[in-house]
Amino acid sequence: MATSQYCTFHLGSLLLGIDVQQVQEVVRPTDTTRVPLAPPVIRGLINLRGHLVTAIDLRRQLGLTDPPPADPPMNLIVRTAGEPVSLLVDAIGDVLEVDSGVFEPPPETLRGPARDLVRGAYKLPGRLLLTLDHDRAVAVATDPPPA
Amino acid sequence: MAELDAIVREFLVESHENLDQLDRDFVVLEQEPDNRDRLASVFRAIHTIKGTCGFFGFGRLEKLTHVGENLLSKLRTGELALDGPITTALLGMVDAVRAMLTTVERTGHDGESDYPDLIETLTRLQVPRPADTVAEPPTPPPTPPRTIGEVLVSQGKVTPAQIQEAIDQQRRGDPLHLGEILVEKNVVKVGDVRDAVHTLKDTRPAAADTSIRVDVGLLDRLMTLVGELVLARNQLIQFAAAVKDGGFHTATQRLNLITTELQEGVMKTRMQPIGNVWDRFPRVVRDLALACGKRVRLEMDGKETELDKTLIEAIKDPLTHIIRNSADHGIEPPELRVARGKPAEGVLRLRAYHEGGQVNIEVSDDGGGIDPDRVRRKAVEKGLITPDRAARMDDREATQLIFLPGFSTAEAVTNVSGRGVGMDVVKTNIEKVGGTIDLHSRPGLGTTLKIKIPLTLAIVPALVVTAGGDRYAIPQVSLIELVRLSGPQARAGVEQVSGADVYRLRGRLLPLVDLAAELGVPASAEPDDVTIVVLQAGDHRFGLVVDAVSDTQEIVVKPLGPQFHGLTVYSGATIMGDGRVALILDVPALAQAAGVLTESRDRGPADTAASPVAAGGERQTLLVLGVDPDRRMAVPLSSVARLEEIPPAAVERADGHEVVQYRGHIMPLVRLNGQPAGGPLQVVVFAHAGRSVGLVVDRIHDVIEQEVEVRHPGRQAGVIGSVVLQERVTELLDVRGLIAAADPFFHAPAIAG
Repeated sequence: MATSQYCTFHLGSLLLGIDVQQVQEVVRPTDTTRVPLAPPVIRGLINLRGHLVTAIDLRRQLGLTDPPPADPPMNLIVRTAGEPVSLLVDAIGDVLEVDSGVFEPPPETLRGPARDLVRGAYKLPGRLLLTLDHDRAVAVATDPPPA
Repeated sequence: MAELDAIVREFLVESHENLDQLDRDFVVLEQEPDNRDRLASVFRAIHTIKGTCGFFGFGRLEKLTHVGENLLSKLRTGELALDGPITTALLGMVDAVRAMLTTVERTGHDGESDYPDLIETLTRLQVPRPADTVAEPPTPPPTPPRTIGEVLVSQGKVTPAQIQEAIDQQRRGDPLHLGEILVEKNVVKVGDVRDAVHTLKDTRPAAADTSIRVDVGLLDRLMTLVGELVLARNQLIQFAAAVKDGGFHTATQRLNLITTELQEGVMKTRMQPIGNVWDRFPRVVRDLALACGKRVRLEMDGKETELDKTLIEAIKDPLTHIIRNSADHGIEPPELRVARGKPAEGVLRLRAYHEGGQVNIEVSDDGGGIDPDRVRRKAVEKGLITPDRAARMDDREATQLIFLPGFSTAEAVTNVSGRGVGMDVVKTNIEKVGGTIDLHSRPGLGTTLKIKIPLTLAIVPALVVTAGGDRYAIPQVSLIELVRLSGPQARAGVEQVSGADVYRLRGRLLPLVDLAAELGVPASAEPDDVTIVVLQAGDHRFGLVVDAVSDTQEIVVKPLGPQFHGLTVYSGATIMGDGRVALILDVPALAQAAGVLTESRDRGPADTAASPVAAGGERQTLLVLGVDPDRRMAVPLSSVARLEEIPPAAVERADGHEVVQYRGHIMPLVRLNGQPAGGPLQVVVFAHAGRSVGLVVDRIHDVIEQEVEVRHPGRQAGVIGSVVLQERVTELLDVRGLIAAADPFFHAPAIAG
């Protein structure tokens, strides 16, 4: 049976995963420079060894309303067509190997922006692993902000 | 697509270079038809192309160059003299060859066109026409001397016999140079030989070059790496400051110096003389002049001025457009020039020079200049501005209208410059690379366009400021000065703190923009301190209020990711010495967002004439005044030269009017208020061409920026109408009318004596 590897991470009570092939690296909490007037899902810019990386607040991107933990978020650096982008998450989990037999489309209970981002769920023993579409996860609506 | 052989590619690169050289040679030849060296150079270039394309089997190309070569060989032997038609035909051949080469590059073969007309013309021209027949056998022009001996003989320093003697001595095995032998024999002085060597070097074509071709992509990568190195260096220096270790400090210093040198070196590899772009202009101007029946001489000054390759590329098209415009619209036809008392031949002058870390490029012509009235008319016709506004613009403002999108003064669309691209595109392209363009025109005398562009884009000097606890970098090109106010001075200096403040900078009003407020972040400055960064955005000056100014440094510009598309107030970001990211402010965009670009101002009192109050719904910056207990009035801020307080005792009377002595002149006062309140008079000063008029008001309320739409036309003299500003009915003053009443000569041209 076909298996896939996912880099898992936590956001509130959710266990989420991104295709491990798309993850460049994980960076500990780092100084983030906010970008005023940018869309709210953009938390700011970080310096990744001399490269500018945009940090995206995945909690806002998913439309989660639970309060973020007190600890600063981790940076999950994801490869994209252009420059790498950082997804800010609460904590990093393990890399899990899952088989496609336990995969199902997104549960009906999932609503709001998360529905577009979640590809589906793997029914793991005791909990669900929601996998994200990495391209959509890093996409930002590029409407100019109100002046 | 056919994969091109490396050897064909080499041929293409070489041929393109040869063709560029040909363009230059031909234009020189037209001036000096007897220049044998140039003729020989042209012949060689065409011969090389012909030979090589025969080898590759590009038959059509070979056929064309063959005919051209025949014509050239007759020119070279003096059978024919180079004249206009021949030059045109040969230049046509150069163009055809270029087109074929482009086809080769794209498709791998030399295209379908045989250019029969061109070949026919080239063949026909080989037969000497009676008028052109050289009357007497051509006297061979003095060929430049080729050897040191010839130079010395031609200068009369030695006799041919002495040279022969020295040559014989060399033949017998003397290893010394000819000059050395002659000096040894006391025939000539060392200085003479040295001069002769210089003469020889000047007349010979440049020595075999010591350059190699490098891929621009490689240079770009090197530049990026050096950028990284600069960042690493900055971080290291900051780190070193906290470490007490002599050895470490020395090493850091060394690294610092080497990095700076390396940065300069790599930047230099990307530098190219501006002449690389200019070289095509003689040809452009020649063709244009011929096409419009004009005589134009192109003068170039500062060809060796260097700037970054990307910038060279970026200014190529705008410059070409400007040159075409000048030759096509600027310079008049010869008859008209003569009628106007100018030489029949017009002069187009290009000048480039470095100044303050920037490159200045000037394009000037001695043509007819820009007629401000025609520009006004055109702009109104095209609906770009209202007739009312056009009438109130001064000439300088009017000429700037040519930079508006959709404007083109060419009454007849010619195949030369009326191609739908206007000066607005030129302006946009130059601003895109951080440059500015400025236009000066004197009707009847000519036009000068001045372009300023940075030397390079990748690493720029910037001022680092803080606002709301974050650092921002402001490119130094936009920076004019810094003003710091503290304590009571701060409160007095900034007037009307209500979202749109102004500061009186040496008597002139400077609109202020609060950076933190503009970006929507909380400010964290001491409320008693005000730090103003005075910036220039195009024609406009404004003050950016920041929390603090830290320092200036070289920053490496990094573009923002696609997520920030549409966010124009930043031109990029950079990484600071401590490793944190700082955003780079885009000053023109910031000015735009803050709405300080609405009216032209700050050009000195002479230009800030009491002008545009348009009746339409235009966005304007207005100075709101208070008169009597409850009347509010507004005038365009752009018309105001200064705000003054004048003690009542200073008011005198002359000719039945109230006047004050002001800056060595007598300034009439216009009172808007009924009964004077006590205390000093609040006077709004308008200035134009050395004359001033003062408007006495009771209060100066505010400066606001808003769309102005006149609701009720005014019934009273001096009032255009009423508008609603800040939810209050405000009378919009007819500045022009009011002033005219006080000083009928205010708007009239200054009267001599």
